[in-house]
Amino acid sequence: MNMNRRALIVACVLASGVAAAATEPAPGAGADWMTWRAGDDVTNLASLQRGARNFMGYCLGCHSLKYERYSRLGIDLGLTPEELQQYLIPPGDKPADYILTTMPAGDAATWFGKTPPDLSLMARARGSDYLYQFLKTFYVDPSKPTGADNLRLPVTAMPAVLSELEGLKRAVFKDAQETSADGKSMTVHVFDHFEQIAPGRMSAEQYDAFVHDTVNFLDYVGEPTQAERRALGIWVVLFLLVFTWLAWLLKQQYWKDVH
Amino acid sequence: MAAPVPPPAPPAKAGGLVAWIYKRLPVEEFIRDQATGYYAPKNFNIWYFFGSLALVVLVLQLATGIFLTMFYKPGEATSFDSVEFIMREVQWGWLIRYMHSTGASVFFIVVYLHMFRSLLYGSYKAPRELLWLIGMLVYLALMAEAFFGYVLPWGNMSFWGAQVIVNLFGTIPVIGPGLVLWIRGDYGIADATLGRFFALHVAAVPLAILLLVVLHLVALRHAGSNNPDGIEIKERVGADGHPLDGIPFHPYYTVKDVVGIGVMLVMLAIVVFFVPSFGGLFLEAPNFEPANPLSTPEHIAPVWYFTPYYAILRAVPDQRLGALLMFLAVALFVFLPWLDRSPVKSMRYRGILSRGALAMFAVCFVVLGYLGLQPAEGLYVILARIFAVGYFAYFILMPWYSRIDKVKPVPERVVFHEHE
Repeated sequence: MNMNRRALIVACVLASGVAAAATEPAPGAGADWMTWRAGDDVTNLASLQRGARNFMGYCLGCHSLKYERYSRLGIDLGLTPEELQQYLIPPGDKPADYILTTMPAGDAATWFGKTPPDLSLMARARGSDYLYQFLKTFYVDPSKPTGADNLRLPVTAMPAVLSELEGLKRAVFKDAQETSADGKSMTVHVFDHFEQIAPGRMSAEQYDAFVHDTVNFLDYVGEPTQAERRALGIWVVLFLLVFTWLAWLLKQQYWKDVH
Repeated sequence: MAAPVPPPAPPAKAGGLVAWIYKRLPVEEFIRDQATGYYAPKNFNIWYFFGSLALVVLVLQLATGIFLTMFYKPGEATSFDSVEFIMREVQWGWLIRYMHSTGASVFFIVVYLHMFRSLLYGSYKAPRELLWLIGMLVYLALMAEAFFGYVLPWGNMSFWGAQVIVNLFGTIPVIGPGLVLWIRGDYGIADATLGRFFALHVAAVPLAILLLVVLHLVALRHAGSNNPDGIEIKERVGADGHPLDGIPFHPYYTVKDVVGIGVMLVMLAIVVFFVPSFGGLFLEAPNFEPANPLSTPEHIAPVWYFTPYYAILRAVPDQRLGALLMFLAVALFVFLPWLDRSPVKSMRYRGILSRGALAMFAVCFVVLGYLGLQPAEGLYVILARIFAVGYFAYFILMPWYSRIDKVKPVPERVVFHEHE
């Protein structure tokens, strides 16, 4: 790609602020949260660049990517060293540094009850759908120390840090009858839907895209070679198919003698 | 008629370095004994690919393993990080590691099919009992090798899987607890365990496997290969002294095996490049979290190739009896040559009883493998019990059903369909 054009895209992607326009989500939203899928988009460089920007802006305060270097990010995401320095590397860090939070682990454990986990491999350990659902199912719960809880990971220690973007949601529960293992019928509290109680800086669609890009980025960080792996794999398999076909022809030739 | 005479070995009078070496090393004799002069039955079918494929996978595992050893650092504090270092920062490290992790599973697929071939055509029967026994030792060594290797990345499933398997030795009366401590070298699966498992995985067990594989091949060359008809081709020899139904291993089977190797490599490459975790069957999600003695994975299950035995272990309420039955499930293979009382080798000429028993066994093995991956609760446990009974019945009832089974007459010569 033309260098100038590419640089322009990169600059637009990374420098674009977040537009403010809140719209109400559809009534009954979120009832199907368990079926939400992150989608596989790791070859989409623009999405990965936005995801990296989101991570540096909203996650790096607490979470590290201790196996990933900034320089690797620059190469894989198609950024020049200058772009990398300007948009992604926090002041004081060098390109060869690993992406580490500056929050002291000991303090973090005191503040949150547990140290925020490293996210390098979270997409591989839990799956990108898990992360996508996690980031989209925070809801207000005044009974919790952080004032929020999560459907994907109940009693999570993580505060709803993205509520500034997403707005505040209330979870509406309903009573349902469930038969327990020993055959008794009991009333359980099950999630029904979300209600938006305060708008954020993003519309529902914008927040979806924000989470998609961020999770996509974490998917990439989980296995930085995956795009290269798939691209190379096609050629390897094609070569082996041709090799096997030739070997089969050779075998047929030899076996003509066997009666 | 028999196949043509094999191409002659390079003439000894070839000049220069070749002649110099041939005079000092029995290269020609070796090639003649092992390849061009070794006559194999001409009626091998698809089941006869898996022996040479296992050898190819062994070489693949050794080659990739050597490169992994250059960067892997055993230790509680270093194992997990060094594997991620290989995956991310070592040139082509991801490819080497995926080939090794996929190769482990492919090894078992190939070996299980190789073993099934023996059951299908009675390859374990006289005069190949020792060949079968050596093969069983290879299988045992391979299981140990796979288990040690599985612990090395020090993921959370590695840790808890090791915990479960090592604790099985604790069920042995009297010496159990002491034995477990001796195996681990610590009061838990820890740094000391990792160090010794590494040594066993990269040095001791591979050496044992190599030695056993050589013995396996020597025994095979001596007794001669069985074939789908279960006929001893050595009993009908032509005027040239070679078996009428035999063809030289090289070039006929070398050139044929290359096709099989190609097909296997295509499948291996598809997994390595497109689905290296294979839906969590080859690399499990919990193993992307470092070992954590304080956090147990939701379901502890070994890798798929151990799950038939794991299902048997969990099907028994008493842990000691379960461990004993699991051990027995592996050990019973050893007795097959003497449990089988059928006068014929191949299933082609056996009756409904033997065929039915083998089919039932194959179904039980696969279903138990599936059940071993599921949580041990409710219907799964009941099914595991039913299929475990089927598994053992194949062996225990064999002396009976193989004797009374109606067999068909075995032809004098092998059945062979000419290639066009």
